[in-house]
Parts: sequence; structure tokens; C-alpha cells
Amino acid sequence: MSGFWPVYRKELYTLFASPVFYVVAFTFLVIAGYFFYSAVAYFNLLSFQASQNPFMAKQMNLLEMVLRPFFMDLSIVLLLLSPLLTMRLYAEERKTGTIELLFTYPVSDGAAVLAKFAAVVSVFAVIVAGTLPGIFLLSLITNPGWKPIFCGYLGLFLLGSAFLSMGTFTSSVTQNQVIAAVLAFGALLMFWVIGWVKTLVDATLAGLIDYLSVTKHYDNFTKGVLDSRDAIYYLLFIVFFLFLTLRQMNSCRWRG
Amino acid sequence: MIEAEGLTKYYGSVSAIRDVTFQVGKGEVVGFLGPNGAGKTTTIRILTCFMPPTAGSARINGKDCFDQSLDVRRMVGYLPENVPLYGDLPVKRFLRFAAGAKGVEAGRIESEIRRVVGVCGLDKVAHRIIGHLSKGFRQRVGLAQALLNNPPVLILDEPTIGLDPTQIIEIRRVIQELGENHTILLSSHILPEVAQICQRVMIINKGEVVATDSPSNLTHQLQKHSQIRLLVKGDVSELVPSLERMDGVQKVLHETGSEDRLCVETDRSRDLRPEIARMVVELGVDLLEMKSVDLSLEEIFMQVVTEENNEPAPEEMPT
Repeated sequence: MSGFWPVYRKELYTLFASPVFYVVAFTFLVIAGYFFYSAVAYFNLLSFQASQNPFMAKQMNLLEMVLRPFFMDLSIVLLLLSPLLTMRLYAEERKTGTIELLFTYPVSDGAAVLAKFAAVVSVFAVIVAGTLPGIFLLSLITNPGWKPIFCGYLGLFLLGSAFLSMGTFTSSVTQNQVIAAVLAFGALLMFWVIGWVKTLVDATLAGLIDYLSVTKHYDNFTKGVLDSRDAIYYLLFIVFFLFLTLRQMNSCRWRG
Repeated sequence: MIEAEGLTKYYGSVSAIRDVTFQVGKGEVVGFLGPNGAGKTTTIRILTCFMPPTAGSARINGKDCFDQSLDVRRMVGYLPENVPLYGDLPVKRFLRFAAGAKGVEAGRIESEIRRVVGVCGLDKVAHRIIGHLSKGFRQRVGLAQALLNNPPVLILDEPTIGLDPTQIIEIRRVIQELGENHTILLSSHILPEVAQICQRVMIINKGEVVATDSPSNLTHQLQKHSQIRLLVKGDVSELVPSLERMDGVQKVLHETGSEDRLCVETDRSRDLRPEIARMVVELGVDLLEMKSVDLSLEEIFMQVVTEENNEPAPEEMPT
């Protein structure tokens, strides 16, 4: 793993120095804030009504009515924005030719891929941390239950990392950042909607398709259910696409 | 120090280099010459582990460029053609990254950066963003990153291309100083530069090494005839035909002016200067000047490169 830290630090610097980070973070947080506000405000309204209606009061559930929709909404925003964070990772190095430096420094290809991925995941974690103040404010007026919040964030983090691993891979196949972003977005959307056809195919294939769907695994996290199978799915997803990136780098070397 | 053995590289079905074999000894400064598209960059990229060869092997300090790639990369400082740099980083930040990536220990990084910044004259721009620098400074930043960690081998791909004359002289001076304690392989198509800096020249054309020797030996070997230039005053109407008749003289070129200039081409094996001088004087012509002229490296290069068949060279591949 020689050369991990220098590449990691350089990538982090480049990411934080680029306007793309600030635009993505700003957009994400504004939309996240809007979703959070609307979910809480709606819950608030229903709570007033429930105070007149004992039956309705029993139905009120902060997890189901505020946190779950909030995490679900965030995942959609992530689907749209995560390719923008990863698109330059390799595409830019190939376009400007700096890949020649990276390839001729004593940095192993594996370390470079991991360092780039780790840097973009760190940046993503910083962006997501921007939503924590809302949760903190919520905890001042009620007890939201920390376990579902932890599960939700863990799920969001794993889902985001999986998206970023796909983006890292698509960035390595092209010199063009726009193509990298579009490919990542298309592939992620495919993983998102793949479950829709599961009722149309036979049982074995349906099982596989269901397993591949990124939303199905995320759903459990948002319910506050921590299942190792879901975590393993995301880890496999990440490992698989980072491995493909590494193969792609190897192929780049051979083609010269 | 650098050994290449039968290096061959195909891009798809196009061959960029074929069976390139050479050695560079420790402490040597070797110039790698060739027209554009001859395969210089391809050879260099194989030596710097940027890409593996299709066939053949390359070793640096006994380590194989393919099997022991990381070891080789630790020993080589590389300035790529066109100097690709991270344009959005400030110079110091970039050098800090390069130093770390090249394995300089954390405690030594700052002093190492100070050293290369000093050598390459980057003090004034150390905090500026690379993308905003002029071509000359970018070239120096490229050279600075190659020097980090003081690698024993330096491979420089066209280090002076695109620079203005003062910058060229400056960079050449730096390279010459480095040559005192580094092994340097320098590619270029600027011939006087190579003649000036390098102890040995390798000429590559259409993917093959066509000549390798010191600039003076190359001149000696490849010169088919020697030239003697004369500056004379007086009536030369008799002198020119008698020179042409002289044994060993191949051709006499005559240029008139207030003084007559004669250019006598003779066999390389014989030195006819004494006889020519005597003849000039005997015929009553004043001899003002006489000197024997060597072929310049440029003429040799043209000779070597154009001697072979004239089919177009394979295109240099983009990255």
C-alpha cells in the first residue's frame, strides 16, 4: 500500500479546493433541509390533529413519518449528486496526462485507487454531516430514538460509498468527465430500478434481481433494522467496482 | 545502470519501436535523438514503468521495469514530455505530494522541497498555483518533482521544448550540473543541445536504434569525406582545375567575392592539407585561411535518418 497517504491528502486538497464540492454540498444540504423541514412540519400539523383524536394519536410515529421519508429522500438526492463528486477522479488525470506522474511514482495502482476512493468518501461524509444539526434540533423537542438514526446514517453512508465506488469506476473508463458522470448516473439508476421487474421473471431470477436492488437493502436501514446481509451487500458492491477500477488501470497501462 | 534489451512495443497492430537494445552506464549523460514519432517517448515510457513492452525487457540498476516496477520507480526521476502537472495545486503543495508519493520520509519532506526549489529556481513562485505559471516555470516544476528524493537515474523527455532561449540555457545548465552525479537519459530533437550536454548520443529512427556513440566519434565514423575550406586572394582560374585534378580530391566548390572561397571535398582517409597549401602558393595565389571542417551533429543526424528508406515513420501515440 505504498503511497496511500500522499495521494489521499492530494485528492482531499483538490476536492476541497474545487468549486464542484461547494456546489454539490450546497445543493445537497439545501434540498436535505427542505425535506427535513417539510417532514417535521407535516408531522407537527398531524400532531395537532391527533391531540383531538385518540385513535390517530396511536398512529403517530416519528420514525415512520419523519426519519424514514427523510433518509429515503436523501438517497435520491445522492443518486443525482454523487456522480459529480467522482467524475474527475481519473478522467481528469487521463485528460491532462498527470496519470503519467501517478503511474511512474512508486505508488501501487491499488493504493492509488483506494486513496482516491477514500478521499471522495471522506468528502461525502463531511457533506452528510451537514444534516446532523437538524437531527440535533429534533432531539431537543422529542426523543427520536438514537438507534434508528444511527442505522439510517449508516445505511446512507454505505449507500453513498457504493454510489461513489461506481463513480470511481466510470471515471476510470473515459477521459471525459461528463461521460463519466452520465455513465455513473445511468448505472446507478439501473441498480435502483432493477427490482421493478422481479414480478415478471421466474423465481430464481427474481431472487437475484431482488438481491441486486440497491433500494431494497437501504430500506432495512431506514426502518432501523441492522442486518449484516445488507451491510455485506454494500461492501461487496464497493469491492467489486473498486476491483474493476483497478483492472481498468491495468488495461490503461498495457494500452499505453 | 539502464539496460534495454530487445524492447518492442505495438500499439494495436502499429509498431512504435522494434528490438531496441542499449545500455547506459552509471554516471553517463546520454542523449536520445530522433525525429518526432521515432519512438523516443515510447522507449522512455517503458523505462519509467509507465507501460510494459510488448516484448523484450528493461532493467534499471538490475531491477526489472515490469516485475520490480515499484523498486525501479523509486530509483528514477522522470520528467514526462509536455510536463503534465496538477494545475489546481500550488507549487509547494504539489511538491509535497510528489515527495510523499516518491517515498521521502515525513521528517525530510520540507528540507527536500527546499533543496529542489533552490536547484530549479522556484523560490519566487513556490506559493503560486501551477496552472497560473508560465511555461518556463512549469517546466522547472516538472524538473523539480523529478529531482525529489534524489534518484540516481534521471529520465528527461524533451526538457527544453517550448522554452525561450534564456530558459533553455538555464535548464541546460541545471542538467549539466546534475550530470555530475546522476545517470541521465535525455531525449531531444534539438541537436546542438545534445552535443553540448551529452557524452554519448543514441539516434533512433522509425522505432530502431540506428547509431550510438559519442558526438565526436559519430562525426568521425559517418563522415564519408572531409571538407577543407580555403580563403584565397588572387587569380584562381588555374588553381581550381589543378585542385580538381589532385589525387584524392572529389569535388571543389568555388564561391567568388572580394576574396575567393573554395571548399574542397577530399577522401576521409587522407589529409591533403599540406599538398593543397603548397599548390596554392606555387600557383602564386595568396592563402589567407585554411581549415578542415567536421560534419555537425545536425548533418550526421540528417545522414543517418535519411539514409534508410524514406517511408513515413509510425505516428507517435497519444496517451
